[in-house]
Amino acid sequence: MTIRLEPREDAGLGLKIGVSLAAGLAALLLVAIPVLFAGGSPLMAYGLMIQGAFGSMFAFSETLNRATPLILTGLACAVAFRAKLWNIGAEGQLYIGALAAVCVGSGLLQLPPALMIPTVMIAGFLAGGLMMVIPTVIKQRFGADEVVITLLLNFVVILFIQMLVEGPLKDPLSMGWPQSVPLIAEAKLPKLLPRLRMHWGLIVGLVAALVLWLMVRKTVLGFEIRAVGENKAAARFAGIPVDATMLKVALISGGLAGLAGVGEVAGVKGYLSSDLSPGFGYSGIVVAMLAGLSPIGTVIAALFVAAVFVGADSMSRATGISSYIADLVVALSLLCVLVGSFFLRFRVKWERQSVVA
Amino acid sequence: MRSTPTMTDAPVLLSLQNITKRFGALTANDGISLDLHRGKILALLGENGAGKTTLMNILFGHYVQDEGDVQVLSKGGLTALPPGSPGAALKAGIGMVHQHFTLAENLSGLANIRLGTEPLLSFGREGAARAKVQKIIAESGLDVDLDRRVADLTVGEKQRIEILKALYRDAKVLILDEPTAVLTPQEADGLFVVLRRLAANGLGVIFISHKLGEVLAVSHRILVLRGGKKAGELVTANADRRAIADLMVGKAVAAVVRTPASPGEVLFALENVSLHGAGGRSLSGVDLKLRAGEVVGLAGVSGNGQSGIAALISGLAVPTGGTMRLYGETVTRADPRALVANGVARMPEDRQHDGVVGTMSVADNIAIEEVRSAAFSKMGFLDRKAMRDRATAAIAGYDVRCQGPDAEARLLSGGNVQKLILARVLERGPRVILANQPTRGLDVGAQAEVHRRILAARDRGAAVLVISEDLDELFALADRFVVVRAGELHDAGPSEGLDRGTIGLMMAGQSHARAEMAS
Repeated sequence: MTIRLEPREDAGLGLKIGVSLAAGLAALLLVAIPVLFAGGSPLMAYGLMIQGAFGSMFAFSETLNRATPLILTGLACAVAFRAKLWNIGAEGQLYIGALAAVCVGSGLLQLPPALMIPTVMIAGFLAGGLMMVIPTVIKQRFGADEVVITLLLNFVVILFIQMLVEGPLKDPLSMGWPQSVPLIAEAKLPKLLPRLRMHWGLIVGLVAALVLWLMVRKTVLGFEIRAVGENKAAARFAGIPVDATMLKVALISGGLAGLAGVGEVAGVKGYLSSDLSPGFGYSGIVVAMLAGLSPIGTVIAALFVAAVFVGADSMSRATGISSYIADLVVALSLLCVLVGSFFLRFRVKWERQSVVA
Repeated sequence: MRSTPTMTDAPVLLSLQNITKRFGALTANDGISLDLHRGKILALLGENGAGKTTLMNILFGHYVQDEGDVQVLSKGGLTALPPGSPGAALKAGIGMVHQHFTLAENLSGLANIRLGTEPLLSFGREGAARAKVQKIIAESGLDVDLDRRVADLTVGEKQRIEILKALYRDAKVLILDEPTAVLTPQEADGLFVVLRRLAANGLGVIFISHKLGEVLAVSHRILVLRGGKKAGELVTANADRRAIADLMVGKAVAAVVRTPASPGEVLFALENVSLHGAGGRSLSGVDLKLRAGEVVGLAGVSGNGQSGIAALISGLAVPTGGTMRLYGETVTRADPRALVANGVARMPEDRQHDGVVGTMSVADNIAIEEVRSAAFSKMGFLDRKAMRDRATAAIAGYDVRCQGPDAEARLLSGGNVQKLILARVLERGPRVILANQPTRGLDVGAQAEVHRRILAARDRGAAVLVISEDLDELFALADRFVVVRAGELHDAGPSEGLDRGTIGLMMAGQSHARAEMAS
């Protein structure tokens, strides 16, 4: 028997969905091994995870709450990666967006909520966008690698935030905790349902996904982003302003990550601290890759990753199996999806060698 | 047509029996049979997409045929090769030189030749390997420095390493896929000498090409493929050029006739233009006038400034000194969109790299230069229907062979990509046209089509600049010649009264007057 690979011209939608499901299943099977090692029953562990993520209104709302920043950072990565702009700095952009929200929304301006909330969001979007525009300009001017710059900026930003929340921005009423002054009530995002943490940031994320989807398919800007991402030389020859298009992508990408920060500050915590994000920016990369850089897929992938994390926390409390299992599930899912995308590009044929003498 | 070649006494080295290969609805090879005899050169001739490369990929085991057999001479006579196994093909003595080389650039020629034939840890065998390669070199005339890094070799030398690699593995059959596409005419002639010598030493050679002239020059027998089928098989010695061309394209190709030009006003001009740029792009003191209704042919050895002139007319650069004028107005910004909007049509030199975005659709690629114009968008939103309508019309009008407006451009063959670009730029009725290597890599039929379109545009009153490395093409199209050398442009005058020799001497650096005296 021999195995051969033939390139496919195009994979149908059914096949794409089938491969994604198979990849998820394969990841769950693989994670069963460490669960067994930890002395648990995989079936029970998964059952508890599902229950923890979707088992009650509270659980589901926590999953959606967790998915909200992931949708936005996932979109931030997806839109940039499509243009082959490698934004690894969503984490830092998230914090800068949150910082802008605090600067504008903690009493500097006094506006009614209908004006205050958009102002805070625009400030966060612009601040996050600027955090990505700067590395892009440096890349265009000096040829510096944006992966390195954006990645390293994450650490610079987080240390900067630490400095601020222990110094100039520190809340004098926080009893010594390193956290910033709180947002005024007018700047906070309303909750979607009473007594649950879900907030309007989720709607912002869903709308952003829809807008991006429309932009990619229907607008001139989306057309130009695709052309620049797929073949820069041809785009330049055809007269598409490559550098300007890249800067627009950078602004949108950084801006979306900044919005994620606004959501966490104005929707969940109410103040800024240096532990605002448990790596939402980095998880956004995984979300975007799981989604195959599709905006709508990003929403689904963000829900999946959020459910795994929320479910694993709950499962861990019940069984004593470490919640690091969540990281394993997410990491292996990504690997399996990458393997799956290989099978979307190639058709595998098993053939018996027929030797005619 | 005759399909029974004269019998030879030499044994059959390789026999393809009734090979059929389908890709979905497309039958790439339809019942093709061929025999290759020892010591003979068989040319596989056909247009792009005729099935030549597919057939060779089956022979070499990259693809598995749906029907038919590949048989190779071994000790016990002809034996069928297991399908889909390049390893078995190598073992059976089939060597293949691909169009795009498969060499490790950072290793020496000798290391590349040995690569893959020996275990990873082998000490002290280099001497034996070198002796064997040198023996092959002596027998074949494939002279090349074995100790230089492949990265430092010329394209022709790299090809020699590829051939040596095949011979080092004791190939009995050597397949060359479009070997002259990357060579200068002199290098190609050298290759033909080597191939004849190799054949004389008992090798069987399959030579894949779409260029008639070289096939006639080098082969013993010609197999013509058309649309995946064998269109004819004939002995080269008594073959007729015209008849083969007709076999290839299936219908008589009408020669393109150029009527005398009637030049009008100057539409585009370079005045004492200089351009600083990286290698082969620099220009100094260039004067060029393109007049309505006239084709100017730009000749020159590649890398003497052609890309600089092309970059200027394409809107990718502005002069660093001197003046560039379009319709009398000075152009000061490098802005392809502004040029396109002002009626400049540009065909890029590397059409796959600069001309199309492979993963975008045919419709997208036809609209790409004007996507911001009112024709294809409103308020920042794409007018998909207008784009598709334009693409549908272009596909029909320019005979772009593809699945439809939504097919990805990467699935198109080279000739169809060029037709797509022609449709994109000519359909606007441009007044200034830059045709940079307009038919490089195209087959006879597509070439004639491109030439016809360019001349038709000229007759409509467009000013045309054709840049080409193919002098035949320039003589077919140009009303007037200019020659570029070391960044300077020399006027060679009207094409009547010029010949290849004169242009060649000017390319090599002699002045027009001296060249005429010498010719």
